[in-house]
Amino acid sequence: MLAKRIIPCLDVKNGETVKGVNFVNFRSAGDPVELGKHYSDEGADELVYLDITASLEGRDTFVSLVKRVAQNLSIPFTVGGGINKIEDVGVMLNAGADKISINSSALRNPALISEIAGNFGNQVCVVAIDAKLEDDGKWHCYVKGGHERTNRELFEWAHEAQERGAGEILFTSMNHDGVKQGFACDTLRKMHEELSIPIIASGGCGTMEHFAEVFDYGMADAALAASVFHFNEISIKELKNYLSDRNINVRRI
Amino acid sequence: MSVAIIKYNAGNLFSVKCALARIGVDAVVSDDERVLRAADRVIFPGVGEASTAMAYLRENGLDQVIKDLRQPVLGICIGLQLMCATSEEGNATCLGIFSDIGVRRFSSHGLQEPLKIPHMGWNTIAVTKSNALIDDNLNGEFVYYVHSFYAPVSKKFTVATTTYGTEYSAVLNNNNFFATQFHPEKSGAVGERILENFMRL
Repeated sequence: MLAKRIIPCLDVKNGETVKGVNFVNFRSAGDPVELGKHYSDEGADELVYLDITASLEGRDTFVSLVKRVAQNLSIPFTVGGGINKIEDVGVMLNAGADKISINSSALRNPALISEIAGNFGNQVCVVAIDAKLEDDGKWHCYVKGGHERTNRELFEWAHEAQERGAGEILFTSMNHDGVKQGFACDTLRKMHEELSIPIIASGGCGTMEHFAEVFDYGMADAALAASVFHFNEISIKELKNYLSDRNINVRRI
Repeated sequence: MSVAIIKYNAGNLFSVKCALARIGVDAVVSDDERVLRAADRVIFPGVGEASTAMAYLRENGLDQVIKDLRQPVLGICIGLQLMCATSEEGNATCLGIFSDIGVRRFSSHGLQEPLKIPHMGWNTIAVTKSNALIDDNLNGEFVYYVHSFYAPVSKKFTVATTTYGTEYSAVLNNNNFFATQFHPEKSGAVGERILENFMRL
């Protein structure tokens, strides 16, 4: 049976992991490769590396990092941040990335999804959507790290992304992100019912129960988190044991 | 030992090379007939579209080279599918090494819950015929999959299966030809064990 996936997300700036306050339990946590290996050894199913570097020199640093990740890790990984055109995708895949994630650039130019799927296959293209539930009762999509509101609605955009060839949707609820009160399970469940591609849930987890909930009720195929892992609030090993005890199918190592 | 990875128009060759390097094997990526014929082991990996990949292999004469190989050969993912007789993807005629298998697209037909396609993530293998590549100890282990098409179970060639909507071929074997639908190069420690087994054949 296909296992539910646990995916730690690492923000990278100038080739180094962006550190959190409590990032202390692991000596080499500043090196994205070492931290990735640590998570892989703990049982992470995939990793996401997000490049948040703004400068051009930083981009080159990121590409050599992607190569190092490919050399050192034996699990799949996705890269995101700064992918604006088809050439950027080729560079990342050649460097050894398994998938790429696009967000703002896809909303700006939806044809990019079709182009990526056509050139490299649907499985390569993860479309990340940041959305906020607002007073009008609708989920509005945001770009530029949640700073700029667009005129697109979550479900309508997710459908278009799927039709254009997205292999997965990575949905982050801005209402839930950072609050640690659980994932947007009702909305995730609705996405599961409406879409036919895998959905990665992101934003809101604070406890192991939240993961159980997003798989059981939210029907998510995978759950992505950053701070609960980075701050060592939840260990992936314990999380997998916990989920397994609740009859959720996970891969344990 | 010399190991060659077949170079053609399908991605992820670098990932396979990296995985081999992790188990101490230095592989060359090549489409040179002489290099491929002379290698002790040949790996036929890939991520791509079947009919386009087959057209490329034919244009470059690699189809016959692959069929003629006598050393242990390991097909991975699309490599496995191209070693079957046909594929529904682009209605491709394939290499026919696993001669009674027609590759099909996953379908939700007749299922209670519709299948998500691609089949993406970690799933378990069931060993149906213990062999040197996939030993009994690997029964029930998780491996990493990404694919939308699958090889149905063949009485003759299937040695391990996985179930996703339907039970299908996870591993195939015909004499010196082995193939996995999953990606051993992305399957953590289990994948490394399988690659090591292949080197020991």
